[in-house]
Amino acid sequence: MITVDQLTKTYGDFVAVDNISFACQPGRVTGFLGPNGAGKSTSMRIMVGLTPPTQGSATIGGLSYQDIPNPGRHVGVLLDASAQHAGRTGREILTMGALTMGLPKSRVDEMLALVGLSDDEAKRRLRNYSLGMKQRLGIAHALLGDPSVLILDEPANGLDPAGIRWMRGLLKGYADRGGTVLLSSHLLHEVELIADEMILIGHGRIVAQGDKKTLLASRSGTASALVTSLDNGGLGAALTAAGHSVTPMGTGLKVGASPEQVGRAALQAGVVLTDLRDGGASLEDLFLELTSSTQRDAFPAGAPA
Amino acid sequence: MSTSVVPPAPAALGRPVLDISGTPAIPFWREVLVELRKSYNTRAGVWYLLSIAMIIALIEAVILIVALVQDNVVLFEDNAFIAGTVTVLLLPVLAIMLVTSEWTQRSAMVSFTLEPRRARVVVAKLVVSLGFVVATLVMMLLVAVVATGIAEIVQPELTDWSFEIKYLFGFAIFQAVTMTIGFAFAALLLNTPAAIVLFFLYWYLLPILLAAIGGISESLGNTLEWINFQVAIGPLTEWEMNTGEEWAKLIVSGLIWIVLPLGLGIARILRAEVK
Repeated sequence: MITVDQLTKTYGDFVAVDNISFACQPGRVTGFLGPNGAGKSTSMRIMVGLTPPTQGSATIGGLSYQDIPNPGRHVGVLLDASAQHAGRTGREILTMGALTMGLPKSRVDEMLALVGLSDDEAKRRLRNYSLGMKQRLGIAHALLGDPSVLILDEPANGLDPAGIRWMRGLLKGYADRGGTVLLSSHLLHEVELIADEMILIGHGRIVAQGDKKTLLASRSGTASALVTSLDNGGLGAALTAAGHSVTPMGTGLKVGASPEQVGRAALQAGVVLTDLRDGGASLEDLFLELTSSTQRDAFPAGAPA
Repeated sequence: MSTSVVPPAPAALGRPVLDISGTPAIPFWREVLVELRKSYNTRAGVWYLLSIAMIIALIEAVILIVALVQDNVVLFEDNAFIAGTVTVLLLPVLAIMLVTSEWTQRSAMVSFTLEPRRARVVVAKLVVSLGFVVATLVMMLLVAVVATGIAEIVQPELTDWSFEIKYLFGFAIFQAVTMTIGFAFAALLLNTPAAIVLFFLYWYLLPILLAAIGGISESLGNTLEWINFQVAIGPLTEWEMNTGEEWAKLIVSGLIWIVLPLGLGIARILRAEVK
């Protein structure tokens, strides 16, 4: 539904977005993931026509954003929850949106209820809103026109854990009903739980894309497992005898074998396992590795995942 | 749902298309309504409008009391144009805020996302600004009716209701031009205080400076007459445009004073990157 084709945006010598291409499909949540300043927001602004691209194009449902009539009815956009007049009340902001899009006033109440803003909160002015409340209002504004596409920049920013879980459910349900969702985040865990598809961006370039499995599989790592048992010594000996590397780690062992192999070795050795899990690379390792050249803070090579 | 994903045609496989056949574009009148709403749905807007009303009421009251106490003649015309003069001074700030607040408060991001044809949003704002001019005319006449009516009761023989409609037209044009210049500077600078200061300097101080410079030599003075819009519009506000030269000067200076800054200002908004 959203098609970004060889998009480039430069500011003088600085390349904010460097020849990126991807597509977001209906019925799926696409996560746009990258560290601060990677070019996520710039790309999203280009998608909705707020920033002209230097090269390439972004289309929504085959149309350039400018060519969509009454675009609020088709594309729900939340780029910055604070980008509203601070002196207007939450309800007034939604009312203006509804008026622009030609929606009945009742739609405002529906949206306020949907995002869990009380009547009392809706009467407050935006400058008295917490960031979490602004995000809820922004999501209400994006959903106002019952769009089939959602473009959300850091929507979970400022939400409390319950709020993040609520938003996850909301967006999942929205995608399940056939909607297209593109959301950006610099927090991997936020996106990992909700996105069907992930686009990793660093330094304006797409460094990897695909679903979680594909992304992890793309890394040719050797199998490893973390295991704790009632007899670490005996298990270690059995694993070493089977030709696997074994190193003590914490209260258990790190083994150069798959969890299945470790489990079979333990069964044969008759050792009771208390904990066994995959010690392979996490998505976070991958994320940090792929975007490391753009990370502001270098991280030590052996940092625990 | 107002939209649905149509089954993809063979050529568009894997690239679903947005069905926009059932969505008409936003009609212009609705955009004007939204912009009008923006002028009074903030505290700044409400208080500014109320302040203008209170200042006018105060000035009219003082002048009326002085006139009545001193047994002066009270003219309907004077009452109307006192109210009008106050609004000419203060109302352009409302037009300026209508434009600049979108940028200082960053709501332009939302406005231009809901209506990417930015020119329509800008023109809607201009229409609202000019709408305020019409409202001002009605209000100043109402204020004058009340003030003169009080005088009529107190001192009927010293009260004059005569009024020439041509002055109202002249005033309307001057007020509309003033609003438009304020609007142009707001679009050009996209910053409230800067636009207000520069607008007042440009519109009220520069013509005086130009006139003073024109006094130095006759040839310079003659040239500046083609540039000084405040002077060129003078006959029009008195409804006494007689010669072709007067019209020509009005058009030439109007192009320089209004069309140029307004054009540049609108061009800036249309091209600006909205962050």
